[in-house]
Amino acid sequence: MRPDPDRAKLFTRRALVVGAAQLAAFGALVGRLWQLQVRDGQRYAELARDNRVAIRFLAPPRGRIFDRRGRPLAINVPTYRVRLVRERTPDLETTLARLARILPLPPHRLAEVRRQALDRRPFVPVTIRDDLSWEELARVAVRLPELPGLILESALLRDYPHGAILAHILGYVGPVDKDDLRRDPDPLLRLPEFRLGKTGLERVYDRRLRGRAGRIEVEVNAVGREIRALSQDEGRAGEDLAISLDLELQRFCFDRLAQERAASAVVLDAITGAILAAASVPSYDPRPFTNGINAATWRELVANPLRPLVNKCIQGQYPPGSTFKMITALAALEAGLVSPGYEVFCPGYLDLGNTRFHCWKVGGHGRIALVQALAQSCDVYFYDIARRVGIDALAATARRFGIGEQLGVDLPGERGGLMPTRDWKLRRFGRPWQIGETLIAGIGQGFVLATPLQLAVMTARLCNGGRAVRPWFVRDRFPEAADPSGRAWPRLPLPRNGFDAVLRGMYETVNGRLGTARNARLDLPGITMAGKTGTSQVRRITRAERLSGAYREEKPWEERDHALFVCYAPFEAPRYVVSVVVEHGGSGAKTAAPIARDIMRRTLELNPAGVELLAAREHRDVPG
Amino acid sequence: MTPPPRIRPQQLDFADKVRGLNWALVLLVPILGLVGYLVLYSAAGGAHAPWAWRHAVRLAFGTVAMLAIAFTDIRLIYRASYAIYAVCIFMLMAVDIAGTFSKGAQRWLDLGVVRLQPSEVVKVALVMALARYFHGLRLEEVRRPSALLAPLGMIGLPAVLVLGQPDLGTAVMLVAVGATVMFLAGVRLWKFLLAGAAVAAALPVIWANLHDYQRERVLTFLDPERDPLGAGYHILQSYIALGAGGIWGRGFLQGSQAQLDFLPEKQTDFAFALLGEETGFVGALVVLALYATVVAVAFAVALRAGHHFGRLLAAGLGVNFALYVVINVAMVAGLIPVVGVPLPFISYGGTAMFANLLGLGLILCVDVHRRLPLPRHPGDPLA
Repeated sequence: MRPDPDRAKLFTRRALVVGAAQLAAFGALVGRLWQLQVRDGQRYAELARDNRVAIRFLAPPRGRIFDRRGRPLAINVPTYRVRLVRERTPDLETTLARLARILPLPPHRLAEVRRQALDRRPFVPVTIRDDLSWEELARVAVRLPELPGLILESALLRDYPHGAILAHILGYVGPVDKDDLRRDPDPLLRLPEFRLGKTGLERVYDRRLRGRAGRIEVEVNAVGREIRALSQDEGRAGEDLAISLDLELQRFCFDRLAQERAASAVVLDAITGAILAAASVPSYDPRPFTNGINAATWRELVANPLRPLVNKCIQGQYPPGSTFKMITALAALEAGLVSPGYEVFCPGYLDLGNTRFHCWKVGGHGRIALVQALAQSCDVYFYDIARRVGIDALAATARRFGIGEQLGVDLPGERGGLMPTRDWKLRRFGRPWQIGETLIAGIGQGFVLATPLQLAVMTARLCNGGRAVRPWFVRDRFPEAADPSGRAWPRLPLPRNGFDAVLRGMYETVNGRLGTARNARLDLPGITMAGKTGTSQVRRITRAERLSGAYREEKPWEERDHALFVCYAPFEAPRYVVSVVVEHGGSGAKTAAPIARDIMRRTLELNPAGVELLAAREHRDVPG
Repeated sequence: MTPPPRIRPQQLDFADKVRGLNWALVLLVPILGLVGYLVLYSAAGGAHAPWAWRHAVRLAFGTVAMLAIAFTDIRLIYRASYAIYAVCIFMLMAVDIAGTFSKGAQRWLDLGVVRLQPSEVVKVALVMALARYFHGLRLEEVRRPSALLAPLGMIGLPAVLVLGQPDLGTAVMLVAVGATVMFLAGVRLWKFLLAGAAVAAALPVIWANLHDYQRERVLTFLDPERDPLGAGYHILQSYIALGAGGIWGRGFLQGSQAQLDFLPEKQTDFAFALLGEETGFVGALVVLALYATVVAVAFAVALRAGHHFGRLLAAGLGVNFALYVVINVAMVAGLIPVVGVPLPFISYGGTAMFANLLGLGLILCVDVHRRLPLPRHPGDPLA
């Protein structure tokens, strides 16, 4: 018998138990591997592919912007940069030292490159300089063989060759920020070099301009090093944009306005609503924004009291003053309260209760009817008819003509101006409307505010036969704009009786013997224009000033009245509308009207709509 | 009255030993070593450097050492068991005191020429010490509670030292191997149940004393997608590698997870994931079968050993070997938390390979000397 048989037997039994347990453990492993590799193999194969394949996006060239005649306004210019890949250079210092001999590199830049190159993974390129001139590029390129590890790359940089002239319209592109990323999932935005439209048309039409990202699928390893390219999709270049603007006219407007401190002008095609020019001074240079503007320049722009960053055409809100009188007249005609022959006696003021409302003309206009009331801009006449019409009817007419509401122009930040009503005042101030405020509103003062663009649209809707055009830069902004005849725009209800008298009043304003804008007549043969001056008070004239006559004296610039003028031409076959607002210009007739006249003359010379201006005359008689 | 002893040889000559060698087990070593070589060759992106050739050299030397141990007289080994165990404990203490830092854990003992990981060797030494201890006890003695104090101490001391390094995987292995040897030696089942209950009760205390990274590993194991780019990354990438291998594998050197470095530690603890990715379910099964064969041979050796020391030694080392495989593969396949246990003969790492070859050498030695009498204690004529 073997020694100690009991413990040997027990060992055998227990060894079988342990063996079975081990078998079970191995079985569990096999089961688990079956789960992972056979049952779920497909899913994990996909995950492995996701791991392995990285998608690199390629920025497509941004769409260019052209004016109506195909002149480039926003373009892409190639820039060259030199970058360094550490792992491809045998000795970082030697390479940098050699490069510094042929390319100006300040020591702090060199230190920065060195730091970045050593910090990042060795295959990640570090940009040494990204603004190489052509000559510098050539210098580096010929020596590239002795500069291992350096690579030259070209990129497209947005450029605005006309700078400040178009800054308010085109806007600019800039680096993508966190908010942009949150709003927009387009993978393009994640490219470090990508520039997004930040304002202006660049922003509004960004989707079309930016195109679709190209993609390269590359095989990468766990640290992101690219092993090889798997597939490539070129993407789609951004769409070029042709806008309604006429570059030459825009430049002319800008230069003409630049003689004032702060002013704006809009030129509109009255039939289609196309914006032919929209200038706002002062302006700014959009180019530094492309790479992220520095804080000092930005602060300077923001702090400037003349607000160069503001596009005054759509964001400047001014009391329209007398340019509003056509609306008052129309409202009264529509209501049937007055006829063109209706006369008012103007003694130079109108008393309402205890308050005296003055006419601009001391001594008054005497007996006066609609056409001359417009031509001579008699305030008392419009006090009278405004009081009869009432503020709410006045507001309804004004709104139809675009005052007090956003017009939907394809620029960001458009302001709506203000057209007050009873309800509005009660809501806004908690006080009832005063009848005196109706009188003031009737001459475009008080609460009433309009942008230069709204004034232009108002004038267009007046002269184009009551078509409710809306302003645009890109034709497909509004479906109605597609029809060049302008007949797609909805028709506004116009008073059957007396509408012509309103236009006649505007004609007389410019061409009449007593017209306020007589000095701003067009000097073109066979073409006349019609218009309306406006001088809107910035500060109320006090009784003391009026009595002493001090209000006529020279005031500090910021207290002077705004000067406004709206006009259209040719009178017989209206096509072009110009509105001009000169901030604190003093007098619409003296300051704004000549500017508007010059712009209108230039517009007619350039004739951007390409219409027969003189032939049109034969179809229509000059109204009496 | 005792029965007369069977005639047994007191001495084996070299030819006897070679004849008595378990060639199946001897052959499994180069086969598994070759698999390891290929895995490491692939892990290096298809290069012999830096791992594969060293692995091969170590395996060659280690195999010689294994055979040397196989031919060593088992009585010598029996007598040296406690001493070897003591040396290992001493080295573990030395690591705890003066060990160099390696990945935040002190596991290495720098002996100048070689860097040794005593925690690998101590597993073998523990089995030796326990086998010797229980060899000297009769079954009635084993059943006495007082007889359990010494083996519990033998297990507990290295387990605590290893836990302090900290190396949870090795500690768990030490306890599991020790407990298995005690079970095989005949310790009553209810005592294990009692111990199990005690461990369960102690779990909250253990949890409270775990290092942050160990807790993180457990939590990550429970939900690997909790932090896919942090601690869960290894497990997730390992799943993906195994799963992407599918049934037939993606082909030698074709595993994108391994080749593109998504797989962490692919030359050491996660080597099995590389194997599974490149050779698939089929390849993984074949390798598991090879390991199972090693364990089965160890148990066969244990069952036919003529002395209790040999039985316990062979079975204990077999369990030890099986635990390496089960823990490593279970970890790679996400059945248990990530613990640093290498895959025998495939993972790159010298000490673990030597420890495993040492274990196999001892199993071979048991088989070679299975008929040799081994007294229960000096002067016992019946042993």
